[in-house]
Amino acid sequence: MADKIPILKMGNYLLLSIQVDMHDQLALDLQEDLTNQIVKHRAKGVLIDISSLEIVDSFIGRMLSHIANISRILDAKVIVVGMQPAVAITLVELGLSLDGIATALNVEKGMARLEKMVSDDQLLEFERGEERDISAEAGD
Amino acid sequence: MPASAIAELLQTHENELLQEWTIAQRAAGIRADLIDEDTVIANSRELLKLLTVAAAAGIDDFESVQWSPIKGMLERLSRSQSRQGFTPSDTATFIFSLKEPLFSRIQQYSDDAAKDIWQINQLLDKLGLYTVECFMTGREAIIREQQESMLELSTPVVELWKGILAIPLIGSLDSNRTQIVMEALLEKIVQTESDIAIIDITGVPTVDTMVAQHLLKTVTAAKLMGAKCIISGIRPQIAATIVHLGVELGDVITKASLADAFQMALKELNVRLVTSATR
Repeated sequence: MADKIPILKMGNYLLLSIQVDMHDQLALDLQEDLTNQIVKHRAKGVLIDISSLEIVDSFIGRMLSHIANISRILDAKVIVVGMQPAVAITLVELGLSLDGIATALNVEKGMARLEKMVSDDQLLEFERGEERDISAEAGD
Repeated sequence: MPASAIAELLQTHENELLQEWTIAQRAAGIRADLIDEDTVIANSRELLKLLTVAAAAGIDDFESVQWSPIKGMLERLSRSQSRQGFTPSDTATFIFSLKEPLFSRIQQYSDDAAKDIWQINQLLDKLGLYTVECFMTGREAIIREQQESMLELSTPVVELWKGILAIPLIGSLDSNRTQIVMEALLEKIVQTESDIAIIDITGVPTVDTMVAQHLLKTVTAAKLMGAKCIISGIRPQIAATIVHLGVELGDVITKASLADAFQMALKELNVRLVTSATR
């Protein structure tokens, strides 16, 4: 099976666009590939575009949820963009509300939101970092 | 009198029968506002012709193939009449008024008139009943169509502002309708790339657990697509019902009125409305 979902690196972010029907093996491969890439590039955010995805089942729904959770543990924000109405309805009917996953209508809005999420986070780290510096100086 | 004789009788006296039948129909009352006399005569002629053909093959078995053309004609006729606003009796009278001229012919030419008349009477009754049945089927089809169009009409999704959609729900909600509402809303969200959707339930008379669940599903689906949903127009009784039923609305934003919801939506989008100082 030559099918592979390409993961693009753009600055601190990883972009991936699912444009084929997801089958189980493909989803598992994607999960593995993405985790490796996040670690390798120290990505801060992942944007998953599923606007071309028209069919989902419970497995794929759960897979999306897993991917998001794994990324969070690896300190990367995840945003899922462009979900089709039919897909959204199916996921809701399946009882998968993907709690805790950020969503956006399209890639543009998704990217803006992701940047905001990441920059908020970095700001916090930066502030914390400064405090530490001050305390270090005081110790001198 | 065998069936073929009846067919013959119909054929030889076609013109007189047609004339008398038209007179009988006129006496029963032709709906001049809906149909002109030429059409009536044309219909009558066609029916008589078909009846002649069908009767030649035997009049006992109404279900046989020979009767399908006449059934088809009656079906067409009653369907179109049900659409045009005829009453069922108008439509049935068309068949029943043939009785008088036909019976008098049979009486004149038949050896065993009583038996033949009974036979023909039964036949015409069957045709009449069939007509009424078709009429009703036509009516039911109209009702179904109207129900469907009402479903579509009753769920307009309106754009209040760039990026803000509203869907004012009016009337009771059932699963079927909620499904349509949900789909219409989600489609529109994609189409207009709206960030916020307001579901206004001012016009919904009652909210039970099912309706609440449907609303929650819609909100969740919209959230999955990246849009935020606000439910507005919750009346005091409905709020009380929701609490009584123990429905968990979760983190769904609710507002008392559409105006409040709109205000909040504008705030979300960082839009400020300013009254102009000069008039």
